[in-house]
Amino acid sequence: MVEWFKRSKKGISSDERRDIPDGVWTKCSSCGEILTVISLEKSYWVCSKCDYHFRISADSYIKLIIDDGTFEEYDGNLISGDPLKFKDSKKYPERIAAARKKTGKNDAVISGLGRINGLDASFAVMDFNFIGASMGSVVGEKIARAIERSLDREFPLVIVSCSGGARMMEGILSLMQMAKTSALLSLLDKRRIPFISVLTNPTTAGVMASYASLGDIIIAEPKALLGFAGPRVIAQTIGGELPPGFQSSEFLLEHGFLDAIVQRKNLKETISKLLKYMLHDNISLFDQ
Amino acid sequence: MDDKYYLEFEKPIVELDNKIKEIRDLAGSSGADLEEEIKNLEKKRNKLQGDVYSRLNRWQRVQLARHPLRPYSLDLVSLIFDDFIELHGDRYFSEDRALVGGFAMLNNQAVMFVGQQKGRNVKQRQYRNFGMSHPEGYRKALRLFCLAEKFGRPIIIFIDTPGAYCGIGAEERGQAEAIARNIREMFAIEVPIVIVIIGEGASGGALGIGIGDIVLMLENSWYSVISPEGCAAILWKSVDDPKQLEANRIQAAESLKPTSSDLLDLGIIDGIIPEPLGGAHRDYSATAKNIKNKLVEVLPNLMGKNSQELLADRLRKYRSMGEFLEI
Repeated sequence: MVEWFKRSKKGISSDERRDIPDGVWTKCSSCGEILTVISLEKSYWVCSKCDYHFRISADSYIKLIIDDGTFEEYDGNLISGDPLKFKDSKKYPERIAAARKKTGKNDAVISGLGRINGLDASFAVMDFNFIGASMGSVVGEKIARAIERSLDREFPLVIVSCSGGARMMEGILSLMQMAKTSALLSLLDKRRIPFISVLTNPTTAGVMASYASLGDIIIAEPKALLGFAGPRVIAQTIGGELPPGFQSSEFLLEHGFLDAIVQRKNLKETISKLLKYMLHDNISLFDQ
Repeated sequence: MDDKYYLEFEKPIVELDNKIKEIRDLAGSSGADLEEEIKNLEKKRNKLQGDVYSRLNRWQRVQLARHPLRPYSLDLVSLIFDDFIELHGDRYFSEDRALVGGFAMLNNQAVMFVGQQKGRNVKQRQYRNFGMSHPEGYRKALRLFCLAEKFGRPIIIFIDTPGAYCGIGAEERGQAEAIARNIREMFAIEVPIVIVIIGEGASGGALGIGIGDIVLMLENSWYSVISPEGCAAILWKSVDDPKQLEANRIQAAESLKPTSSDLLDLGIIDGIIPEPLGGAHRDYSATAKNIKNKLVEVLPNLMGKNSQELLADRLRKYRSMGEFLEI
């Protein structure tokens, strides 16, 4: 181990906040292993030592899961309003403008149509870099429209979630996005169109308490933080420490709330296999 | 609970009330004619009360929604319905006492009632877990919704919670899943659902039993994605100075716009049920009567719809919520 690569002072490191580093080397946020960016790229940004799944962008998931050249984005032109004229240290429109500039995205979810190993699907993926992938009216509307595309075309729905929760700056309107998205999922459910929910690090609060928990199948990447309340809030409420591994993917699997934990590199294969099992046509899994 | 609990802004009014009572007692015991003085004081009191309550800021309204003497679900149930019979348990894990429900009569109409329940003294509060349900509460509610649907009874729901419980057991047993499932399933329940937010409507904890064809709020209740103090804690981190803390909460409440008139303006609720001047805690019967009148007014129309119409309207109502721009 090259000692001088290790940062001695805590708090300087930015890899908690911005997972994908720019340099040649980087340190695993979980175990501290020094890894080369090239090796990480080859391993889908998974630490070769501890299996920590680095947070990756929405675009990376599209590349990972959707067949090359088949993704067609929809509703990219939706941007957030300021219905409450919400004011804290910064005005909400300023926060939105800063997030748009930083990420090059108009909000925290990318949605559209694409193929997964040849199967048509309505696909949406959230991006944590955009205000913690919080759900406001734009995220709710884009997810709603993604479900409607599934309903219109009878395409299965795949949503890759991550989120800190509802977008506080939209108040009650952000809460109602949980209702709006779940409402349309009740139609999808009735129509027997498959929905696979993929949970990544972290998926909590408003998103976890709505569409992310409503998949016919729910799978998660390893060691993701998944839950209703944030761990800090729970620790405060109970006035004590939380057990190790609490609210991890493994914890949810253990308690019966996940169908499976899936390595990032296997996501696409797993999703397409599951979709084939659920689609109406009796497709042989081995037909190519 | 001390029945003489007053919020800061209630105090000047209460002082006048006490003074009026003193003079009355004096007049009674001494036989002196103090009518004129009493009348003047009452006039002054009513004007002051009108002034104070018309000028309440949003944070003060939140205080009223949490007033320790405010009527809770079961207080109102006994005044609104007849023959309420409570039904317990989620059939999976346990009974959740923060949420109550059962069959009841609204005049001549059999209904299913479900409501969140707070406690009034220390013991009761613990017994009711401060009105914060575990997943079992949401699962019990869903069981009762399905029971109502099976036997064609409309559903009346009272919301009054500071939030779904945050704890280890709640996470182990799938708090998020329980709430998500309820929200989705409430869009498929083929009987009318009327929601009344009677006190606190805190976020997912409220929405987990909060999907309805008609959503009403008592005048001094609040409903938002987070409590003002929760919002303030996120925006400004921890603050030691109590004055600054209060100022932050006032600003957070102003920003969140959680009051009944805010939600009516935003198109989220269908109506506001007025409270007696000074708040629901000043007169339980008048509050209950106002709620009952509204329920009796809105139910027949909903019950006249066939189930397809009902579900389509319910979906349309929530489908349109949200505000965004297309560029």
